[in-house]
Amino acid sequence: MIELRGVKKKFGEQVILDGVDFVVQDGETVALLGPSGTGKSVLLKHIIGLIKPDAGKVMVDGLHVARLKRKELAQLRYKIGYVFQNGALFDSDNVFENVRLGISDEAKYADADYSRERVAQVIKLVNLPADVINKYPSELSGGMRKRVGIARAIVGEPKYLLYDEPTSGLDPVNSDIIDGLVERLADELGVTGIMVTHDVRGAFRVADRLALLSGGKIIMQGTQEEFLASENPKVKEFLERDFETPSNAAA
Amino acid sequence: MAAAATTSDPRVYIGRAILGGMAHVGRVSMLVVEIFRGLKEVRIWVPRAFDEAWNIGVGSLFIVLLVSAFAGGVTAYQAGYQFTGSLPYYVVGTLVVESIVLELGPVLVGLILAGRIGARYAAELGTMRVTEQIDALESLGRSPASHLIIPRVVAGLIMIPVLVVFADIVGVGAGLWAAKQVLPLTNADFTYGAQYFWHPFDAYYSLIKAFFFAAAITIIPCYMGFTTGQGAEGVGRSTTGAVVSSSVIILLLDVVLAKVLLNS
Repeated sequence: MIELRGVKKKFGEQVILDGVDFVVQDGETVALLGPSGTGKSVLLKHIIGLIKPDAGKVMVDGLHVARLKRKELAQLRYKIGYVFQNGALFDSDNVFENVRLGISDEAKYADADYSRERVAQVIKLVNLPADVINKYPSELSGGMRKRVGIARAIVGEPKYLLYDEPTSGLDPVNSDIIDGLVERLADELGVTGIMVTHDVRGAFRVADRLALLSGGKIIMQGTQEEFLASENPKVKEFLERDFETPSNAAA
Repeated sequence: MAAAATTSDPRVYIGRAILGGMAHVGRVSMLVVEIFRGLKEVRIWVPRAFDEAWNIGVGSLFIVLLVSAFAGGVTAYQAGYQFTGSLPYYVVGTLVVESIVLELGPVLVGLILAGRIGARYAAELGTMRVTEQIDALESLGRSPASHLIIPRVVAGLIMIPVLVVFADIVGVGAGLWAAKQVLPLTNADFTYGAQYFWHPFDAYYSLIKAFFFAAAITIIPCYMGFTTGQGAEGVGRSTTGAVVSSSVIILLLDVVLAKVLLNS
């Protein structure tokens, strides 16, 4: 279980998170919604310990993330796959090496046969052609880079998957492919997922539950039906704005 | 009651500068601690260090030899101009060898590599920072120190002293050649002069300087790149800062090492 209690974070004088309370139960997929620049990615980075809160606590499987020692934090990170917004692939390594780095077990990482087999397995799982493993990130399209990022996140068989804007910058067709992939991974791998997005349509398709971050706080959590029925003006404004975007209108 | 310090008060700026400087020193120290912690992950950093060493050594050899040859040649020409008729010719040998080995070889190579290697390290790591590649490495439970910093630092600590040895040899050779063009000097005269004031420690001193300069050329740019701010502007600022800072540190180390090792 992932649990954030009263999490506050400021960068300089700018308040990003102002007392966030947010819980994700094992097995569910939650979409964290909110306009750009509201701190969704910052919240996600707290969970994996890349950012420490100024106040409050972030607990993963009962462990206080900010208080973990180096080795304990590394052990926790092995249980969490993180899909970065722009892939964050290592541009000097080919796809095989990029994905292989996600194998958390050192013995398995060092085993060339296991690595080759496991990387091929996840590359297939994310619907990429087998020959992509010899390519470099600069030779891939945006959608392929995102899928390689997902492959790297799942290759270590994590318990949790954190997606940071997995469909941002993609055309509607590629967005649908990624949304379908997120949905399929939740079903097939049984991972607990948090997907940061401002794409309401994708969130409705993928998530069991949604949460809306606004003004540094989670202002609403609930199911798709509860969101659509909400009378909260900020929720209504966010949903209406998203459904008015050209891609959604076309859809 | 004493007046509160305002933002126009110079003490505020001085205080901020001191605090900022101390913060940098603290963070560089933490990076050095990370480097020592990561050394045990030999399997990770050794192959990468070989690649970096090749890049530094082969990639920098031409410019290093070119600069040292010119430095040796010009030193000999100037010695010929200044000493003709007033001192024995063999003094040119003394001057060229001591100048190149004690000062010009290590310092010129250091300053050139601060630009060549320092800028590359800061730009590479800065770009990795702003494109979240370093965050990605950490998110995978891997140490950025053993993957990114140690290979660069170790390669520099090994290859930069080697380049300085090459620079010293080529600089002295070029000095001999240039001296013979302008003075009636024989190889024996030059060698006699070179040996007259030579101490074996001079060679060690050149290597010790090269080693300290190598630390400045690698650690400071790695630190600047690692702590890069947002965007392309942040990478540019880190790169410039890395070259300027490591160059200044090289000059400061030059003074300190001369005082400590030659005059204490």
